[in-house]
Amino acid sequence: MIEARGLARTFRARGRAVEAVRGVDLDVEAGELVGFLGPNGAGKTTTLRMLTTLIAPTSGRATVAGIDLASDPVGVRRRIGYVPQGGGGLPEARVGEEVELQGRLYGLSKADARRRGAALAERLDLAGLDQRPIKTLSGGQRRRLDIALGLVHDPGLVFLDEPTAALDPQSRANLWAHIRALRADHGTTVFLTTHYLDEADSLCDRVLVIDNGAIVAQGSPAALKAQVSGDLVAVGVAPSDLVKTTEIASRVAGADEVATGEHTVEFRVPRGDDALPELLRALDGAGIGTTSLRVQQPTLDDVFLTLTGRTLRDAEQPTAPEADRAA
Amino acid sequence: MPRETWLIFSRAMSLSLRNPAWIMIGLLQPVLYLVLFGPLLERMTESTPGFPPGTSWQILTPALIIQLALFGSSFVGFGLLAELRLGAFERMRVTPVSRTALLLGRVLRDAVQTVAQALLILVLAFLMFDLRASVGAVALTLLMVAMLSLALSSCSYALALRLKSEEAFPAILNTALLPILLLSGIVIPITQGLAPGWLYGISRWNPFTHVVDAERASFRGEFTTDALLTGSLVLFAMTALSVLWGVRTFSRESA
Ligand SMILES: Nc1ncnc2c1ncn2[C@@H]1O[C@H](COP(=O)(O)OP(=O)(O)OP(=O)(O)O)[C@@H](O)[C@H]1O
Ligand SMILES: [Mg+2]
Repeated sequence: MIEARGLARTFRARGRAVEAVRGVDLDVEAGELVGFLGPNGAGKTTTLRMLTTLIAPTSGRATVAGIDLASDPVGVRRRIGYVPQGGGGLPEARVGEEVELQGRLYGLSKADARRRGAALAERLDLAGLDQRPIKTLSGGQRRRLDIALGLVHDPGLVFLDEPTAALDPQSRANLWAHIRALRADHGTTVFLTTHYLDEADSLCDRVLVIDNGAIVAQGSPAALKAQVSGDLVAVGVAPSDLVKTTEIASRVAGADEVATGEHTVEFRVPRGDDALPELLRALDGAGIGTTSLRVQQPTLDDVFLTLTGRTLRDAEQPTAPEADRAA
Repeated sequence: MPRETWLIFSRAMSLSLRNPAWIMIGLLQPVLYLVLFGPLLERMTESTPGFPPGTSWQILTPALIIQLALFGSSFVGFGLLAELRLGAFERMRVTPVSRTALLLGRVLRDAVQTVAQALLILVLAFLMFDLRASVGAVALTLLMVAMLSLALSSCSYALALRLKSEEAFPAILNTALLPILLLSGIVIPITQGLAPGWLYGISRWNPFTHVVDAERASFRGEFTTDALLTGSLVLFAMTALSVLWGVRTFSRESA
C-alpha cells in the first residue's frame, strides 16, 4: 500500500534549515495497521504530509495506494483519506454539512454524500448530531467527526495523525475500538502516528519507531520488545543484604545489567518468570529474606531507551512550539 | 471546475451569512463617512478651487465604495489563516479538488459580499443624501467594485498563504493600506489644482487613483474614453495579475 524510499524533507525557517525527515524508507502492506511512534518533533506529521501530497519531499520517492506520489498526486488524493493532527472542521460549521461538503469535494453527488455521511455517523456514533455546530461537540465526538471526514470517500488507505491525542481514557478506548473496526470490518489499511506507547502497543500490528527524522527500529510490538534484553527483575532486601544479593543475582542463568539500588537489586533476564524460583532458592539458602519482588516485561519505552539512550518522556522535553509548525 | 468552485463558494457564502454582523461592521466605516464627513465636503467642493467637477456626493460616494472594497477585501486572508490553523484548509487540500476552485470559490464570495455592501451604500446615499447618478454609472461602479474585490481578495489570500503568520499579515496590510488610501485621493481628490506637484506625481503611480477617477467620471455622466480608459485598463490588469498570483500560490505544492 505504501512504499517509500529515502523520503526526506528540509524546512527553511528564518534562514535556518530544519531537517525534519532524513531519509525514511517504509513499506506498508494492504490491510495492515501500522503505527508511527516517536516523540514531539520526530517528523511524524511531516512524513504523513509528504505521503498525503500536502508537501513535496526535498528528496526521495514514494508509491502510495499504487500511485507514484510525484507524478500523480491527484490520483493519490483520490485513493487515500487523511485525518490531520488538529482535525479539520470549522467551529461554526455544522456536522452534517461538513461531512457532505467533504464528500462532494471527493466528487460524490449530493445524494451520495448525504447517504455516506449518514452511514458514517451511524458507524462512528455521531448519529443525531447533524445540525450541531462543531464547536459544541465533545473532544471525543470531534475526533470521530474528523475520522468521518477522512473516510467519506471510502478510501482503501487512511492516515490518522495522533488520533487520540488529548482525549480522556474512555474516549481513547472507544476510538481504538473504531480504529480496529476500520481494519477488521472494512479491510482499510491504517497508518497512524502516536506518541503513546500503550496505543502503539495495543493497537498496531507493526510499529515504526522514528526519532529525529529517521526510523530507528521497526517490527511488531512483541518483536521490538524482545530486542530489549529481557524482563526486568527487581528484588527488595534489607540494606545489609544488598552486596550478597547482588552476587547471587549475578549468578542467575542469563542475568545481565545487574544494578544495586538503595533497597533493591535489579537485573534483566530473558524470562523473568522462569528465573524467579532459582533466585528465591538461592536467596533462601543464603538466609536472605526478600521485602518485595517485581518482574516487569519490557515496554516500548524501554525499546526507545535502548535505541536512543533516552526515554520517550525525556525526548519530549524540548518541545517545539506548535504555532511554528502550523501548516 | 465550475462545480467545485460553486461548492467552495456556497460553503463560504453560507458561513458568511451565518454571521451577518460582520457584513454590517464592514458597512459602518463608509456610513460614518457619509453621515459625518459628507456634509462637510458639500461646502468645500463649492468654495474650494481645484476640486473636480460634480457635486460632493458624486465625489464622495464612489470613493467610499472603493474604500469599502479596499478594506473589506484586503483582510479576507485572515479567514484563510484561521482555516489554516484549524486544519480546515489542509483537509480540503488533501481532496482531489482543483486548487484554482479553492481560490475562486472564496474570492467570488468576497466579491458578491462587497457588491452587496456597495449597493447598500448607494441606496443610502440616494435616499438620505443628494446623490444623483445614472443607472449606467451605478452598474459600472458595481462592476468595477466587483473586479477590485476579486483582485484584492486574491492578493490577500496569496499573501496570507505565503506569510502563514497571523502577526505579520495584519502588520504588512496596515502599513501598506494607509498610503494606498491617502494617495488614491479617496478622502480628498488629488488634483493638479489642490496638490503640490510631487504629491500629484506620486498619486498617478497608484493604480487605485485611476480606478477612483474613472468611477467619479462615470458618476458625473462622463462616459468618454478619455475619462474611463485608463481606469478600466488599470483595473483589468490588476485583477488579471492578482488572480493569477493567487492561483499560482494556491497551486504550489507546499502552500
Ligand atoms: N512548516 C515547517 N516549517 C519549519 N519547520 C517545520 C515545519 N513543519 C515541521 N517543522 C519542524 O520539523 C520537525 C518535525 O516536525 P513534525 O511536525 O513532523 O513532528 P511530529 O513528529 O509530528 O511531532 P508531534 O508529535 O509534536 O506532532 C520539528 O522540528 C518541526 O519544528
Ligand atoms: Mg505531529
